[in-house]
Amino acid sequence: MFNFFLLILIYTGIYALMALGQNVITGYGGMLSLTQAGFFAIGSYATAILATRLGWSFWATLPVAAILSAFFGLLIGLPTLRLKGDYLAIATLGFGEIVRNVLNNWDSLTNGPMGIQKIPMITVFGFVVNPYTKYAFLAMLFIAVFIAYLLFQRLARSRMGRALTAVREDEIAAQSMGINITKYKVYAFILGASVAGVAGSFQAAFTLSVSPGTYTFMVSVMVLCMVVLGGMGNFKASILGAFIIQLISYLPQLTGLTAIIPPQFKQILFGLILVIMMIWRPQGLLGRERIKYSKGGTR
Amino acid sequence: MTLLETEKLTRAYGGVVAVNKVDFNVEEGLITGLIGPNGAGKTTLFNNITGLDAPTRGRVLFEGKDITGAPAHKICRMGIARTFQNIRLFKELTVVENVMIGRHFKTGKSETKGRFLKAVDSYVRLRQEEEEIYERACDWLEFFDMEGMKDERAKNLPYGKQRELEIARALATDPKLLFLDEPAAGMNPQETDHLMAIIRKIRDLDITVVLIEHDMKLVMSICDTITVLNYGMKLAQGTPLEIRRNQDVIEAYLGKEDA
Repeated sequence: MFNFFLLILIYTGIYALMALGQNVITGYGGMLSLTQAGFFAIGSYATAILATRLGWSFWATLPVAAILSAFFGLLIGLPTLRLKGDYLAIATLGFGEIVRNVLNNWDSLTNGPMGIQKIPMITVFGFVVNPYTKYAFLAMLFIAVFIAYLLFQRLARSRMGRALTAVREDEIAAQSMGINITKYKVYAFILGASVAGVAGSFQAAFTLSVSPGTYTFMVSVMVLCMVVLGGMGNFKASILGAFIIQLISYLPQLTGLTAIIPPQFKQILFGLILVIMMIWRPQGLLGRERIKYSKGGTR
Repeated sequence: MTLLETEKLTRAYGGVVAVNKVDFNVEEGLITGLIGPNGAGKTTLFNNITGLDAPTRGRVLFEGKDITGAPAHKICRMGIARTFQNIRLFKELTVVENVMIGRHFKTGKSETKGRFLKAVDSYVRLRQEEEEIYERACDWLEFFDMEGMKDERAKNLPYGKQRELEIARALATDPKLLFLDEPAAGMNPQETDHLMAIIRKIRDLDITVVLIEHDMKLVMSICDTITVLNYGMKLAQGTPLEIRRNQDVIEAYLGKEDA
């Protein structure tokens, strides 16, 4: 059972990376995007293909996954800039489905629905990070989450974070304050996408195989739920949200009650929690993070 | 010296011509009023100058440079700031954060380092840069006697203060030219008096002010020159005294005698 808990923590880490990216796009930029699964898949397949076909090490594939996802973030970001709210959600949802369908059908590159197996394990200075024993992988993953958190947190406290907030609050006023809203919206997409690509790389290195079935629309929805549950515009909350949602997802298996609680139960609980949250605490568990300014430094 | 002028500026929405061949000019250092009945095209003219909308025909010249159709953020960076008829504050943010956003592009680029290195530099020296922005924002709040409410959320301010905060935010961009779209709308007489004092103070900072206003007492007492629009066309231009006596203007506002 403890082993199972470690598994939950690993998925928390992978999803937390995606949730951090989603928080930049939705929490700060105010854009309702449903496409993290697409970037997640691109990252996973970049690592899987480069590692199995070209024999690259995981560490070489990681930046490629991030940059490739960022590039697709730019591609999806530019044409959908004018869309808002539900229209943006539908357009981005479409992108996620396109990615999955391409992966399913481009047999020569992705091996279609069969996916890619035998992805080599990660090695750090000759030490093999075996995902079956989990500890080393978990430590490495959480270092990555921590670094991503620090980088994003710093960004959020800078001019860029404030500019994105302004764009979310009022686009017209933001433009009139000299903020290039197009640029910041695209930045948000690029950043959100690249960190999801990194999450995808870790996913591939953890399961050691990838197949299109993993990267469904539900992944994007779960990531969005994590951000909303934790609190939009708060990176700590995104990580907390990732943990809670993963815990709920695996609750029946974790407690060994699969005989009594069917696995489908999680979806009921999931929906219930969101409904309750929206009624009683729409700002999320932790709420939006507020920066306190004072003379002699920010903190 | 003419700071800004429009040449035959026209904005048509399909068959409706909201602004029709308007030659509008703003002299440096003066307070210019823009008046006219509702629907005369005053706000449309503002939007076309400040880049929120692009003219169908005609040109906009700022300091002799053609800025027609430039995007709003570029126009702001050239030194034209504005406020809005229906207040557009960043409501969920605090008062000081609103003003800090006005400082956004002031630290964005450096002549010696260029854009990318400057971005890296900002990221590293975050605290120092934020401190500078914060202090400049506080200076502007002091100018408006609002330091005491700097950590309030903008939406919680009284109405008159929200209007003033919008002006503070616009001033934080260090403009040469400030457009105020009905700054006194909804204000009580005391608030209006306070506003008039502020507008004079702004002029004394060598910032040229253009304002749309329906409050004639305010317009007549602080404007140096007034332009009147009616049905999208320029009806008259002159000093407050000339405008007050202009027969066309009186007709536009009150209707023709013996009609």
